[in-house]
Amino acid sequence: MKSRAASILRAAFPFAVVAALWEIAAHSGAFPPRLFPALEAVAATLASLTASGVLPHHAADTVFRLVAGFAVAAFAGVLLGIVMGRYRRAEDLLMPLVSIGAPIPGLAYAPLFLLWFGLGDTGSIVLVAFVSAFPVILNSWTGVKAVKEIWIRAAQTMGADERRLFRHVILPGALPYILTGLRLGLAQAWRILVAVEMLAAVPWGLGWLIFGAREFLNTDAMLAGIAVIGAIGLALEKLVFQRLENYTVVRWGMMAS
Amino acid sequence: MIEVKNVTLEYGTSEGKVLAVDNASFSAKESEFLCLVGPSGCGKTTLLNMIAGFFPPTQGEIRVHGQAVNGQGLDRGIVFQDFAQLFPWRTALGNVAFGLEMKGVAKSERERIALEQLRLVKLEKFAGSFPHHLSGGMQQRVAIARALAYNPGVLLMDEPFAALDALTRDEMQRLLAEVWRATRKTVIYVTHNVAEAVYLADRVIVMTPHPGRIRAEVPVRLPRPRDPLSVEFLEHQKMLLRHLTQKEEGPS
Ligand SMILES: Nc1ncnc2c1ncn2[C@@H]1O[C@H](COP(=O)(O)OP(=O)(O)OP(=O)(O)O)[C@@H](O)[C@H]1O
Ligand SMILES: [Mg+2]
Repeated sequence: MKSRAASILRAAFPFAVVAALWEIAAHSGAFPPRLFPALEAVAATLASLTASGVLPHHAADTVFRLVAGFAVAAFAGVLLGIVMGRYRRAEDLLMPLVSIGAPIPGLAYAPLFLLWFGLGDTGSIVLVAFVSAFPVILNSWTGVKAVKEIWIRAAQTMGADERRLFRHVILPGALPYILTGLRLGLAQAWRILVAVEMLAAVPWGLGWLIFGAREFLNTDAMLAGIAVIGAIGLALEKLVFQRLENYTVVRWGMMAS
Repeated sequence: MIEVKNVTLEYGTSEGKVLAVDNASFSAKESEFLCLVGPSGCGKTTLLNMIAGFFPPTQGEIRVHGQAVNGQGLDRGIVFQDFAQLFPWRTALGNVAFGLEMKGVAKSERERIALEQLRLVKLEKFAGSFPHHLSGGMQQRVAIARALAYNPGVLLMDEPFAALDALTRDEMQRLLAEVWRATRKTVIYVTHNVAEAVYLADRVIVMTPHPGRIRAEVPVRLPRPRDPLSVEFLEHQKMLLRHLTQKEEGPS
Protein backbone atom coordinates (compact mmCIF):
# COMPACT_ATOMS: atom_id res chain seq x y z
CA MET A 1 0.00 0.00 0.00
CA LYS A 2 2.80 2.33 0.99
CA SER A 3 4.65 1.80 -2.27
CA ARG A 4 1.44 2.38 -4.22
CA ALA A 5 0.98 5.77 -2.54
CA ALA A 6 4.63 6.52 -3.23
CA SER A 7 4.29 5.68 -6.89
CA ILE A 8 1.21 7.89 -7.21
CA LEU A 9 3.15 10.72 -5.59
CA ARG A 10 6.04 10.14 -7.93
CA ALA A 11 3.74 10.26 -10.95
CA ALA A 12 2.02 13.43 -9.70
CA PHE A 13 5.22 15.31 -8.94
CA PRO A 14 5.99 16.72 -12.40
CA PHE A 15 2.40 17.96 -12.71
CA ALA A 16 2.67 19.66 -9.33
CA VAL A 17 5.84 21.45 -10.48
CA VAL A 18 4.23 22.67 -13.70
CA ALA A 19 1.10 23.76 -11.80
CA ALA A 20 3.20 25.71 -9.30
CA LEU A 21 5.13 27.49 -12.06
CA TRP A 22 1.85 28.23 -13.85
CA GLU A 23 0.36 29.77 -10.72
CA ILE A 24 3.42 31.93 -10.14
CA ALA A 25 3.25 33.20 -13.73
CA ALA A 26 -0.52 33.75 -13.62
CA HIS A 27 -0.42 35.71 -10.37
CA SER A 28 2.71 37.71 -11.21
CA GLY A 29 0.64 40.19 -13.20
CA ALA A 30 2.97 39.91 -16.18
CA PHE A 31 0.19 38.56 -18.44
CA PRO A 32 -3.43 39.63 -18.82
CA PRO A 33 -5.59 37.17 -16.84
CA ARG A 34 -7.96 36.75 -19.81
CA LEU A 35 -5.14 35.21 -21.81
CA PHE A 36 -3.37 33.45 -18.95
CA PRO A 37 -5.96 32.45 -16.35
CA ALA A 38 -4.98 31.10 -12.96
CA LEU A 39 -5.67 27.42 -12.34
CA GLU A 40 -8.44 28.18 -9.84
CA ALA A 41 -10.26 30.13 -12.59
CA VAL A 42 -9.88 27.16 -14.96
CA ALA A 43 -11.12 24.81 -12.24
CA ALA A 44 -14.12 27.06 -11.57
CA THR A 45 -14.99 27.11 -15.28
CA LEU A 46 -14.52 23.36 -15.45
CA ALA A 47 -16.90 22.95 -12.50
CA SER A 48 -19.58 25.29 -13.80
CA LEU A 49 -19.44 23.90 -17.36
CA THR A 50 -19.75 20.42 -15.90
CA ALA A 51 -22.62 21.36 -13.60
CA SER A 52 -24.52 23.01 -16.45
CA GLY A 53 -24.15 19.84 -18.53
CA VAL A 54 -22.40 21.67 -21.36
CA LEU A 55 -19.01 20.06 -20.92
CA PRO A 56 -20.39 16.51 -20.47
CA HIS A 57 -22.37 16.98 -23.69
CA HIS A 58 -19.26 18.10 -25.59
CA ALA A 59 -17.25 15.24 -24.12
CA ALA A 60 -19.93 12.63 -24.80
CA ASP A 61 -20.19 13.59 -28.47
CA THR A 62 -16.43 13.51 -28.90
CA VAL A 63 -16.09 10.15 -27.17
CA PHE A 64 -18.90 8.76 -29.30
CA ARG A 65 -17.13 9.79 -32.54
CA LEU A 66 -13.83 8.56 -31.19
CA VAL A 67 -15.15 5.15 -30.21
CA ALA A 68 -17.21 4.71 -33.37
CA GLY A 69 -14.37 5.66 -35.69
CA PHE A 70 -11.66 3.85 -33.79
CA ALA A 71 -13.70 0.65 -33.43
CA VAL A 72 -13.96 0.41 -37.21
CA ALA A 73 -10.23 1.17 -37.56
CA ALA A 74 -9.28 -1.42 -34.95
CA PHE A 75 -11.36 -4.20 -36.45
CA ALA A 76 -10.53 -3.53 -40.09
CA GLY A 77 -6.91 -2.65 -39.34
CA VAL A 78 -6.13 -5.82 -37.40
CA LEU A 79 -7.85 -7.94 -40.02
CA LEU A 80 -6.08 -6.29 -42.96
CA GLY A 81 -2.71 -6.28 -41.20
CA ILE A 82 -2.91 -9.98 -40.37
CA VAL A 83 -4.07 -10.96 -43.83
CA MET A 84 -1.27 -8.89 -45.37
CA GLY A 85 1.25 -10.45 -43.02
CA ARG A 86 0.15 -13.96 -43.80
CA TYR A 87 -0.62 -13.88 -47.52
CA ARG A 88 1.90 -12.72 -50.05
CA ARG A 89 -0.79 -11.75 -52.58
CA ALA A 90 -2.57 -9.46 -50.14
CA GLU A 91 0.75 -7.93 -49.13
CA ASP A 92 1.79 -7.24 -52.73
CA LEU A 93 -1.59 -5.67 -53.42
CA LEU A 94 -2.09 -3.57 -50.31
CA MET A 95 1.34 -2.72 -48.95
CA PRO A 96 2.16 -0.07 -51.58
CA LEU A 97 -1.16 1.67 -50.91
CA VAL A 98 -0.71 1.55 -47.14
CA SER A 99 2.86 2.79 -47.24
CA ILE A 100 1.87 5.77 -49.37
CA GLY A 101 -1.23 6.57 -47.34
CA ALA A 102 0.28 6.25 -43.88
CA PRO A 103 2.71 9.19 -43.82
CA ILE A 104 0.19 11.69 -45.25
CA PRO A 105 -1.04 13.89 -42.36
CA GLY A 106 -4.60 12.93 -41.49
CA LEU A 107 -5.84 16.48 -41.71
CA ALA A 108 -4.95 16.60 -45.41
CA TYR A 109 -7.75 14.11 -46.09
CA ALA A 110 -10.26 16.12 -44.06
CA PRO A 111 -11.72 18.46 -46.70
CA LEU A 112 -12.20 15.58 -49.11
CA PHE A 113 -13.92 13.39 -46.55
CA LEU A 114 -16.14 16.23 -45.37
CA LEU A 115 -17.20 16.84 -48.96
CA TRP A 116 -17.87 13.18 -49.61
CA PHE A 117 -19.52 12.22 -46.35
CA GLY A 118 -20.86 15.55 -45.24
CA LEU A 119 -20.15 17.80 -42.31
CA GLY A 120 -20.99 16.50 -38.86
CA ASP A 121 -20.81 13.01 -37.43
CA THR A 122 -20.55 10.84 -40.55
CA GLY A 123 -17.71 12.74 -42.16
CA SER A 124 -15.66 12.95 -38.98
CA ILE A 125 -16.23 9.33 -37.97
CA VAL A 126 -15.24 8.03 -41.40
CA LEU A 127 -12.15 10.24 -41.36
CA VAL A 128 -11.15 9.04 -37.88
CA ALA A 129 -11.61 5.42 -38.94
CA PHE A 130 -9.57 5.88 -42.10
CA VAL A 131 -6.68 7.79 -40.58
CA SER A 132 -6.30 5.73 -37.41
CA ALA A 133 -6.38 2.43 -39.31
CA PHE A 134 -2.88 2.96 -40.73
CA PRO A 135 -0.80 2.36 -37.59
CA VAL A 136 -3.06 -0.57 -36.69
CA ILE A 137 -2.52 -2.18 -40.10
CA LEU A 138 1.24 -1.64 -40.12
CA ASN A 139 1.80 -2.93 -36.59
CA SER A 140 -0.46 -5.96 -37.04
CA TRP A 141 1.47 -6.78 -40.19
CA THR A 142 4.78 -6.49 -38.32
CA GLY A 143 3.31 -8.64 -35.55
CA VAL A 144 2.49 -11.46 -37.95
CA LYS A 145 6.02 -11.29 -39.35
CA ALA A 146 7.35 -11.57 -35.79
CA VAL A 147 5.40 -14.76 -35.03
CA LYS A 148 8.06 -17.43 -34.53
CA GLU A 149 8.28 -20.05 -37.26
CA ILE A 150 8.78 -22.67 -34.56
CA TRP A 151 5.30 -21.96 -33.09
CA ILE A 152 3.74 -22.41 -36.50
CA ARG A 153 5.63 -25.64 -37.11
CA ALA A 154 4.70 -26.99 -33.69
CA ALA A 155 1.03 -26.11 -34.18
CA GLN A 156 0.88 -27.60 -37.66
CA THR A 157 2.54 -30.77 -36.45
CA MET A 158 -0.20 -31.02 -33.85
CA GLY A 159 -2.85 -30.80 -36.54
CA ALA A 160 -3.81 -27.10 -36.55
CA ASP A 161 -5.50 -26.09 -39.80
CA GLU A 162 -5.21 -22.57 -41.20
CA ARG A 163 -8.24 -21.23 -39.32
CA ARG A 164 -7.09 -22.52 -35.96
CA LEU A 165 -3.54 -21.46 -36.68
CA PHE A 166 -4.90 -17.92 -36.99
CA ARG A 167 -6.86 -18.04 -33.79
CA HIS A 168 -4.52 -20.04 -31.58
CA VAL A 169 -1.08 -19.04 -32.81
CA ILE A 170 -0.91 -16.03 -35.11
CA LEU A 171 -3.31 -13.79 -33.22
CA PRO A 172 -1.79 -14.33 -29.75
CA GLY A 173 1.72 -14.44 -31.21
CA ALA A 174 1.24 -11.07 -32.89
CA LEU A 175 -0.60 -9.53 -29.95
CA PRO A 176 2.28 -7.44 -28.52
CA TYR A 177 2.52 -5.58 -31.83
CA ILE A 178 -1.23 -5.46 -32.34
CA LEU A 179 -1.66 -3.75 -28.98
CA THR A 180 1.07 -1.25 -29.83
CA GLY A 181 -0.70 -0.57 -33.12
CA LEU A 182 -4.01 -0.02 -31.36
CA ARG A 183 -2.38 2.42 -28.95
CA LEU A 184 -0.81 4.40 -31.77
CA GLY A 185 -4.07 4.24 -33.70
CA LEU A 186 -6.02 5.64 -30.79
CA ALA A 187 -3.58 8.52 -30.39
CA GLN A 188 -3.94 9.19 -34.10
CA ALA A 189 -7.73 9.07 -33.76
CA TRP A 190 -7.63 11.70 -31.00
CA ARG A 191 -5.47 14.05 -32.98
CA ILE A 192 -7.55 13.91 -36.12
CA LEU A 193 -10.87 14.02 -34.29
CA VAL A 194 -10.15 17.14 -32.27
CA ALA A 195 -8.81 18.85 -35.38
CA VAL A 196 -11.73 17.88 -37.57
CA GLU A 197 -14.26 18.96 -34.99
CA MET A 198 -12.90 22.44 -35.47
CA LEU A 199 -13.58 22.18 -39.22
CA ALA A 200 -16.63 20.03 -39.48
CA ALA A 201 -19.06 22.57 -38.05
CA VAL A 202 -20.33 20.12 -35.47
CA PRO A 203 -22.50 21.75 -32.80
CA TRP A 204 -20.94 19.72 -29.98
CA GLY A 205 -17.51 18.23 -29.32
CA LEU A 206 -14.41 19.10 -27.32
CA GLY A 207 -12.54 20.25 -30.43
CA TRP A 208 -15.38 22.59 -31.20
CA LEU A 209 -15.53 23.82 -27.59
CA ILE A 210 -11.87 24.76 -27.70
CA PHE A 211 -12.05 26.33 -31.14
CA GLY A 212 -15.27 28.21 -30.44
CA ALA A 213 -13.95 29.58 -27.14
CA ARG A 214 -11.29 31.49 -29.04
CA GLU A 215 -13.81 33.96 -30.39
CA PHE A 216 -14.68 35.21 -26.91
CA LEU A 217 -11.17 34.91 -25.50
CA ASN A 218 -12.45 32.20 -23.16
CA THR A 219 -9.03 30.80 -22.42
CA ASP A 220 -10.32 29.16 -19.24
CA ALA A 221 -12.81 27.15 -21.30
CA MET A 222 -10.05 26.21 -23.74
CA LEU A 223 -7.89 24.96 -20.92
CA ALA A 224 -10.84 23.13 -19.38
CA GLY A 225 -11.41 21.40 -22.75
CA ILE A 226 -7.75 20.46 -23.01
CA ALA A 227 -7.81 19.09 -19.47
CA VAL A 228 -10.80 16.90 -20.27
CA ILE A 229 -9.08 15.53 -23.39
CA GLY A 230 -6.05 14.69 -21.28
CA ALA A 231 -8.19 13.04 -18.62
CA ILE A 232 -10.09 10.88 -21.12
CA GLY A 233 -6.83 9.87 -22.78
CA LEU A 234 -5.31 8.93 -19.44
CA ALA A 235 -8.39 6.91 -18.48
CA LEU A 236 -8.31 4.97 -21.75
CA GLU A 237 -4.63 4.25 -21.30
CA LYS A 238 -4.89 3.12 -17.68
CA LEU A 239 -8.27 1.43 -17.69
CA VAL A 240 -8.24 -0.16 -21.12
CA PHE A 241 -4.76 -0.57 -22.57
CA GLN A 242 -2.72 -1.26 -19.47
CA ARG A 243 -5.29 -3.72 -18.18
CA LEU A 244 -5.48 -5.47 -21.50
CA GLU A 245 -1.70 -5.68 -21.61
CA ASN A 246 -1.30 -6.85 -18.04
CA TYR A 247 -3.89 -9.52 -18.59
CA THR A 248 -2.29 -10.79 -21.80
CA VAL A 249 1.20 -10.07 -23.10
CA VAL A 250 2.68 -9.06 -19.74
CA ARG A 251 1.24 -12.11 -18.02
CA TRP A 252 2.66 -14.27 -20.80
CA GLY A 253 6.12 -12.73 -20.50
CA MET A 254 5.98 -11.43 -24.07
CA MET A 255 6.32 -7.81 -22.94
CA ALA A 256 7.82 -6.20 -19.85
CA SER A 257 5.32 -4.38 -17.65
CA MET B 1 8.48 -48.10 -38.16
CA ILE B 2 10.44 -45.50 -40.04
CA GLU B 3 12.26 -46.05 -43.31
CA VAL B 4 14.58 -43.50 -44.87
CA LYS B 5 15.56 -44.65 -48.37
CA ASN B 6 18.27 -42.98 -50.45
CA VAL B 7 17.29 -39.55 -49.23
CA THR B 8 19.08 -36.53 -50.69
CA LEU B 9 18.35 -32.91 -49.98
CA GLU B 10 19.64 -29.83 -51.75
CA TYR B 11 18.84 -26.37 -50.43
CA GLY B 12 18.48 -23.74 -53.11
CA THR B 13 20.23 -20.57 -51.96
CA SER B 14 21.15 -17.35 -53.70
CA GLU B 15 24.72 -18.66 -54.10
CA GLY B 16 23.50 -21.84 -55.75
CA LYS B 17 22.66 -25.29 -54.47
CA VAL B 18 23.84 -26.62 -51.11
CA LEU B 19 23.90 -30.38 -50.73
CA ALA B 20 22.84 -30.94 -47.11
CA VAL B 21 22.04 -34.66 -47.07
CA ASP B 22 23.59 -37.07 -49.53
CA ASN B 23 21.91 -40.40 -50.20
CA ALA B 24 21.09 -41.34 -46.61
CA SER B 25 19.37 -44.63 -45.82
CA PHE B 26 18.45 -46.11 -42.47
CA SER B 27 15.43 -47.41 -40.66
CA ALA B 28 14.04 -47.57 -37.15
CA LYS B 29 12.04 -50.49 -35.82
CA GLU B 30 8.87 -50.16 -33.77
CA SER B 31 9.72 -48.87 -30.26
CA GLU B 32 13.37 -48.46 -31.13
CA PHE B 33 15.40 -45.57 -29.75
CA LEU B 34 17.60 -44.36 -32.57
CA CYS B 35 20.24 -41.66 -32.19
CA LEU B 36 21.52 -39.61 -35.09
CA VAL B 37 25.03 -38.37 -34.37
CA GLY B 38 27.24 -36.16 -36.48
CA PRO B 39 29.29 -32.98 -36.45
CA SER B 40 27.62 -29.60 -36.64
CA GLY B 41 26.23 -28.77 -40.07
CA CYS B 42 26.16 -32.36 -41.32
CA GLY B 43 22.43 -32.31 -41.99
CA LYS B 44 20.89 -33.90 -38.89
CA THR B 45 18.22 -31.25 -38.49
CA THR B 46 17.52 -31.35 -42.19
CA LEU B 47 16.95 -35.10 -42.06
CA LEU B 48 14.71 -34.86 -39.01
CA ASN B 49 12.67 -32.05 -40.53
CA MET B 50 12.04 -34.18 -43.60
CA ILE B 51 10.84 -37.05 -41.43
CA ALA B 52 8.61 -34.53 -39.64
CA GLY B 53 7.26 -33.56 -43.06
CA PHE B 54 8.22 -29.88 -43.06
CA PHE B 55 9.62 -30.28 -46.56
CA PRO B 56 10.08 -33.23 -48.96
CA PRO B 57 13.46 -34.74 -49.92
CA THR B 58 14.94 -33.73 -53.26
CA GLN B 59 15.41 -37.42 -53.98
CA GLY B 60 14.51 -40.61 -52.18
CA GLU B 61 11.65 -41.58 -49.96
CA ILE B 62 10.63 -41.54 -46.32
CA ARG B 63 7.98 -43.87 -44.92
CA VAL B 64 6.43 -43.88 -41.48
CA HIS B 65 4.36 -46.93 -40.57
CA GLY B 66 4.50 -47.97 -44.21
CA GLN B 67 3.03 -44.69 -45.47
CA ALA B 68 5.03 -42.23 -47.52
CA VAL B 69 5.47 -38.98 -45.59
CA ASN B 70 3.54 -36.11 -47.11
CA GLY B 71 3.48 -33.10 -44.82
CA GLN B 72 3.10 -33.03 -41.07
CA GLY B 73 0.94 -35.54 -39.28
CA LEU B 74 -0.37 -36.48 -35.88
CA ASP B 75 1.48 -39.81 -36.12
CA ARG B 76 4.69 -37.91 -35.29
CA GLY B 77 5.49 -35.72 -32.32
CA ILE B 78 8.41 -33.31 -32.43
CA VAL B 79 10.58 -31.61 -29.83
CA PHE B 80 12.97 -28.86 -30.93
CA GLN B 81 16.16 -27.56 -29.33
CA ASP B 82 14.76 -24.04 -28.98
CA PHE B 83 13.07 -23.37 -25.61
CA ALA B 84 10.85 -20.86 -27.42
CA GLN B 85 8.88 -23.71 -28.99
CA LEU B 86 6.22 -23.54 -26.26
CA PHE B 87 3.34 -21.10 -26.78
CA PRO B 88 3.97 -18.31 -24.24
CA TRP B 89 0.23 -17.50 -24.09
CA ARG B 90 -0.70 -20.95 -22.86
CA THR B 91 0.00 -22.49 -19.48
CA ALA B 92 2.02 -25.70 -19.31
CA LEU B 93 -1.28 -27.59 -19.26
CA GLY B 94 -2.65 -25.55 -22.16
CA ASN B 95 0.47 -26.27 -24.19
CA VAL B 96 0.30 -29.99 -23.54
CA ALA B 97 -3.42 -30.07 -24.36
CA PHE B 98 -2.94 -28.26 -27.70
CA GLY B 99 -2.76 -31.34 -29.93
CA LEU B 100 -5.76 -32.92 -28.25
CA GLU B 101 -7.68 -29.69 -28.67
CA MET B 102 -6.92 -29.71 -32.40
CA LYS B 103 -8.10 -33.31 -32.49
CA GLY B 104 -11.42 -32.22 -31.00
CA VAL B 105 -11.07 -33.99 -27.64
CA ALA B 106 -13.45 -32.56 -25.00
CA LYS B 107 -11.98 -30.09 -22.51
CA SER B 108 -12.20 -32.16 -19.34
CA GLU B 109 -10.82 -35.20 -21.10
CA ARG B 110 -7.90 -33.41 -22.70
CA GLU B 111 -6.99 -31.73 -19.42
CA ARG B 112 -7.02 -35.08 -17.70
CA ILE B 113 -4.70 -36.54 -20.33
CA ALA B 114 -2.47 -33.45 -20.34
CA LEU B 115 -2.09 -33.62 -16.58
CA GLU B 116 -1.17 -37.28 -16.86
CA GLN B 117 1.54 -36.37 -19.39
CA LEU B 118 2.85 -33.64 -17.11
CA ARG B 119 3.02 -36.17 -14.31
CA LEU B 120 5.12 -38.37 -16.60
CA VAL B 121 7.71 -35.59 -16.88
CA LYS B 122 7.27 -34.72 -13.18
CA LEU B 123 5.74 -31.31 -13.72
CA GLU B 124 2.14 -31.77 -12.59
CA LYS B 125 2.68 -29.11 -9.94
CA PHE B 126 3.40 -26.55 -12.65
CA ALA B 127 0.36 -27.26 -14.80
CA GLY B 128 -0.93 -23.71 -14.30
CA SER B 129 2.38 -21.93 -14.92
CA PHE B 130 3.14 -19.95 -18.03
CA PRO B 131 6.34 -21.00 -19.87
CA HIS B 132 8.29 -17.86 -18.99
CA HIS B 133 8.07 -18.84 -15.34
CA LEU B 134 9.68 -22.23 -16.02
CA SER B 135 13.38 -22.98 -16.31
CA GLY B 136 14.83 -24.16 -19.61
CA GLY B 137 14.86 -27.78 -18.48
CA MET B 138 11.26 -27.56 -17.33
CA GLN B 139 10.21 -25.99 -20.62
CA GLN B 140 11.81 -28.85 -22.53
CA ARG B 141 9.98 -31.34 -20.33
CA VAL B 142 6.70 -29.59 -21.11
CA ALA B 143 7.62 -29.78 -24.80
CA ILE B 144 8.17 -33.54 -24.46
CA ALA B 145 4.82 -33.95 -22.69
CA ARG B 146 3.18 -31.86 -25.40
CA ALA B 147 4.62 -34.03 -28.16
CA LEU B 148 3.46 -37.19 -26.40
CA ALA B 149 0.00 -36.03 -25.35
CA TYR B 150 -1.84 -36.83 -28.58
CA ASN B 151 -0.18 -40.22 -28.58
CA PRO B 152 1.86 -40.27 -31.79
CA GLY B 153 3.71 -43.50 -32.58
CA VAL B 154 6.93 -41.63 -33.32
CA LEU B 155 8.81 -39.02 -31.34
CA LEU B 156 11.33 -36.85 -33.20
CA MET B 157 13.77 -34.91 -31.06
CA ASP B 158 16.31 -32.38 -32.29
CA GLU B 159 18.99 -31.83 -29.62
CA PRO B 160 16.32 -31.07 -27.02
CA PHE B 161 18.83 -30.77 -24.17
CA ALA B 162 21.79 -29.20 -25.98
CA ALA B 163 21.18 -25.73 -24.56
CA LEU B 164 20.96 -26.95 -20.95
CA ASP B 165 23.74 -27.00 -18.38
CA ALA B 166 25.51 -30.34 -17.91
CA LEU B 167 23.84 -31.22 -14.62
CA THR B 168 20.33 -30.56 -15.86
CA ARG B 169 21.13 -32.40 -19.08
CA ASP B 170 22.07 -35.57 -17.16
CA GLU B 171 18.84 -35.35 -15.24
CA MET B 172 16.84 -34.85 -18.43
CA GLN B 173 18.49 -37.85 -20.06
CA ARG B 174 17.53 -40.04 -17.12
CA LEU B 175 13.99 -38.74 -17.25
CA LEU B 176 13.75 -39.29 -21.00
CA ALA B 177 14.99 -42.87 -20.64
CA GLU B 178 12.23 -43.42 -18.09
CA VAL B 179 9.58 -41.82 -20.27
CA TRP B 180 10.66 -43.94 -23.20
CA ARG B 181 10.44 -47.10 -21.08
CA ALA B 182 6.93 -46.14 -20.02
CA THR B 183 5.65 -45.14 -23.46
CA ARG B 184 7.64 -47.31 -25.86
CA LYS B 185 7.58 -44.77 -28.68
CA THR B 186 9.79 -45.07 -31.71
CA VAL B 187 12.29 -42.27 -31.14
CA ILE B 188 14.70 -40.55 -33.49
CA TYR B 189 16.97 -38.40 -31.40
CA VAL B 190 19.48 -35.99 -32.90
CA THR B 191 22.57 -35.07 -30.93
CA HIS B 192 26.24 -34.38 -31.36
CA ASN B 193 26.99 -35.56 -27.87
CA VAL B 194 28.43 -39.07 -28.01
CA ALA B 195 27.85 -39.90 -24.34
CA GLU B 196 24.22 -38.89 -24.66
CA ALA B 197 23.81 -41.20 -27.64
CA VAL B 198 25.32 -44.16 -25.79
CA TYR B 199 23.20 -43.46 -22.75
CA LEU B 200 19.91 -43.32 -24.66
CA ALA B 201 20.09 -45.30 -27.88
CA ASP B 202 19.38 -48.83 -28.99
CA ARG B 203 21.30 -47.98 -32.11
CA VAL B 204 23.40 -45.01 -33.19
CA ILE B 205 23.61 -43.73 -36.75
CA VAL B 206 26.86 -41.86 -37.34
CA MET B 207 26.94 -39.24 -40.08
CA THR B 208 29.89 -37.79 -41.98
CA PRO B 209 30.66 -34.05 -41.96
CA HIS B 210 28.90 -31.89 -44.51
CA PRO B 211 27.43 -33.02 -46.87
CA GLY B 212 25.85 -35.61 -44.60
CA ARG B 213 26.14 -39.26 -45.50
CA ILE B 214 25.61 -42.26 -43.25
CA ARG B 215 29.01 -43.47 -42.10
CA ALA B 216 28.21 -46.23 -39.62
CA GLU B 217 25.50 -47.86 -37.57
CA VAL B 218 26.50 -48.82 -34.05
CA PRO B 219 24.17 -50.94 -31.92
CA VAL B 220 24.30 -50.32 -28.18
CA ARG B 221 23.35 -53.52 -26.39
CA LEU B 222 23.91 -52.43 -22.82
CA PRO B 223 21.36 -53.14 -20.10
CA ARG B 224 19.31 -50.18 -18.84
CA PRO B 225 19.57 -48.07 -16.80
CA ARG B 226 23.05 -47.50 -18.13
CA ASP B 227 26.06 -46.57 -16.10
CA PRO B 228 28.08 -43.87 -17.89
CA LEU B 229 31.16 -44.84 -15.87
CA SER B 230 31.16 -48.52 -16.77
CA VAL B 231 33.90 -49.90 -18.99
CA GLU B 232 31.43 -51.03 -21.67
CA PHE B 233 29.85 -47.59 -21.78
CA LEU B 234 33.21 -45.92 -22.29
CA GLU B 235 34.14 -48.43 -24.96
CA HIS B 236 31.00 -47.61 -26.93
CA GLN B 237 31.78 -43.96 -26.54
CA LYS B 238 35.30 -44.48 -27.84
CA MET B 239 34.05 -46.43 -30.81
CA LEU B 240 31.58 -43.71 -31.75
CA LEU B 241 34.25 -41.06 -31.40
CA ARG B 242 36.52 -43.06 -33.67
CA HIS B 243 33.79 -43.18 -36.32
CA LEU B 244 33.14 -39.49 -35.94
CA THR B 245 36.73 -38.32 -36.21
CA GLN B 246 37.78 -40.77 -38.88
CA LYS B 247 38.84 -39.19 -42.19
CA GLU B 248 36.99 -39.97 -45.41
CA GLU B 249 35.86 -43.40 -46.55
CA GLY B 250 36.06 -45.83 -43.70
CA PRO B 251 33.96 -49.00 -43.47
CA SER B 252 30.25 -48.25 -43.50
N1 LIG C 1 17.37 -23.19 -44.98
C1 LIG C 1 18.61 -23.46 -45.42
N2 LIG C 1 19.04 -22.93 -46.57
C2 LIG C 1 20.27 -23.23 -47.02
N3 LIG C 1 21.15 -24.03 -46.42
C3 LIG C 1 20.77 -24.60 -45.28
C4 LIG C 1 19.48 -24.34 -44.69
N4 LIG C 1 19.39 -25.04 -43.54
C5 LIG C 1 20.55 -25.68 -43.40
N5 LIG C 1 21.39 -25.44 -44.42
C6 LIG C 1 22.73 -26.00 -44.62
O1 LIG C 1 22.60 -27.39 -44.67
C7 LIG C 1 23.60 -28.03 -43.94
C8 LIG C 1 22.99 -28.92 -42.88
O2 LIG C 1 22.30 -28.13 -41.92
P1 LIG C 1 21.58 -28.76 -40.66
O3 LIG C 1 20.95 -27.64 -39.92
O4 LIG C 1 20.70 -29.85 -41.08
O5 LIG C 1 22.82 -29.33 -39.82
P2 LIG C 1 22.86 -29.99 -38.37
O6 LIG C 1 23.54 -31.30 -38.52
O7 LIG C 1 21.52 -29.99 -37.76
O8 LIG C 1 23.82 -29.00 -37.60
P3 LIG C 1 23.82 -28.59 -36.05
O9 LIG C 1 24.43 -29.72 -35.30
O10 LIG C 1 24.69 -27.38 -36.01
O11 LIG C 1 22.41 -28.31 -35.65
C9 LIG C 1 24.47 -26.92 -43.36
O12 LIG C 1 25.60 -26.80 -44.18
C10 LIG C 1 23.63 -25.70 -43.44
O13 LIG C 1 24.41 -24.58 -43.68
MG1 LIG D 1 20.63 -29.02 -36.02
